[in-house]
Amino acid sequence: MKFVDEFRDAAVIGKAVEEIRRLADSGRHYRFMEVCGGHTHAIYRFGLKDLLPENIELIHGPGCPVCVLPMGRIDDGLAIAQEAGVIFTAFGDMMRVPGTHGSPLEHKARGVDVRIVYSPADALRLAELNPDRHVMFFAIGFETTAPSTALTLMRAKARGIRNFSVFCNHVTIIPGIRAILDSPDMRIDAFLGPGHVSTVIGCRPYEWIARNEHKPIVVSGFEPLDILQSVLMLLRQLGAGEARVENQYKRVTPWEGNRAALRAIGEVFELRNYFEWRGMGFISQSALRVRDSYADWDAERLFSVPGIRVTDPKAAQCGEVLKGVLKPAQCKLFGNECTPEHPVGALMVSSEGSCAAYHNYEHRKSLTNIAVPAVKGES
Amino acid sequence: MCLAIPARIIEFSSEQENRALVDVVGVRRHIDTGLLLDDPPRIGDWVLVHVGFAMSKVSEAEALEQIRMLTALGESDAARQEAEGYGSVPEVESS
Repeated sequence: MKFVDEFRDAAVIGKAVEEIRRLADSGRHYRFMEVCGGHTHAIYRFGLKDLLPENIELIHGPGCPVCVLPMGRIDDGLAIAQEAGVIFTAFGDMMRVPGTHGSPLEHKARGVDVRIVYSPADALRLAELNPDRHVMFFAIGFETTAPSTALTLMRAKARGIRNFSVFCNHVTIIPGIRAILDSPDMRIDAFLGPGHVSTVIGCRPYEWIARNEHKPIVVSGFEPLDILQSVLMLLRQLGAGEARVENQYKRVTPWEGNRAALRAIGEVFELRNYFEWRGMGFISQSALRVRDSYADWDAERLFSVPGIRVTDPKAAQCGEVLKGVLKPAQCKLFGNECTPEHPVGALMVSSEGSCAAYHNYEHRKSLTNIAVPAVKGES
Repeated sequence: MCLAIPARIIEFSSEQENRALVDVVGVRRHIDTGLLLDDPPRIGDWVLVHVGFAMSKVSEAEALEQIRMLTALGESDAARQEAEGYGSVPEVESS
């Protein structure tokens, strides 16, 4: 497919890896955080970790919306699902996420009307087709997904569709990154910035990371060559003693982002004062809620939501893994009590969660199977 | 869910605004182009699709430039300068 095959070309990957080895200072240990779960997935899927020199460590960041959602929110959404006449809709990723009394899929098995949608627009269509029911869309995602939910609500209002609502769990990426940087046990040299979030917010919101924290950040695409090129760009900056925001993903991400998408977010949503992130606690101004002008489509106002806070199972160390303090396999439950088939924590559910990615691809050798030349003495 | 896929615009709906038929990995689907109001795509353009909505236009010129830079990796500085000196984005046959 166009724009995909080119970025998986083995010969060019070999060159990029060679260049990375040439530039990486063998006397130094590098810790790069990939903020986005999509990157985590690609890194494991393509075995990129094995291609990088040992002194470049990739730390998996908090950018998986399913993973950072606290269990209490799932319980709240499922409480609404059990109200009379309600159809609960969500993306497929949500279906196996455990709530206190089971996942959405397990509720479906018990007779609750739970349906998978691939787009919020499909949930709205379902509402139009079922005027005697109420369709609630369980919205999750960072700024990549929030504009689509927003535009769907704008369409619902414009068309006067009243049997549709959104249970809003949209979060914003910048406060999450700030929380990671404020965490005392965290030491990161540079960031791979989230490419698809940045198609919406652009590259400017990261400037404080370079300016105030003096850490390079490269907004990166998701193909193997995108990620390797971004690592290369970070090494070049660090080698030159620089800290800048760079855009590796120019073919998709404009520097200024997508203003029409930001307007849609602003029309429908406003910042919450604070929101709980699983494993990271309450982070101020880190999530969106539905504005008053869209109150009639806000599930949190239309239904009574229990709002109970549920603590994660003590033995699970999701928080430490989420912040990059522990590797997935260092968690006590990894691979034993917690597997993709029977997940205890959300990091094992979503294919973008670091535990599921690690579990699914851990034993796979590098897909590209390139003969990488031995490191020469140069540094 | 966080998957975003490049798709090519085939045609626009005559009945509904901001609705387009696209080719995604050989499958034809309708998507919403309402988030690209500021820079509307045209037939034949590539867009990045996420949860049924076009998020951004994919720039063929930038993609080619990136491939060119990557292909030049490992060449000597002189060779790289030479390659970069060719300047304009090379023409390619549209597939």
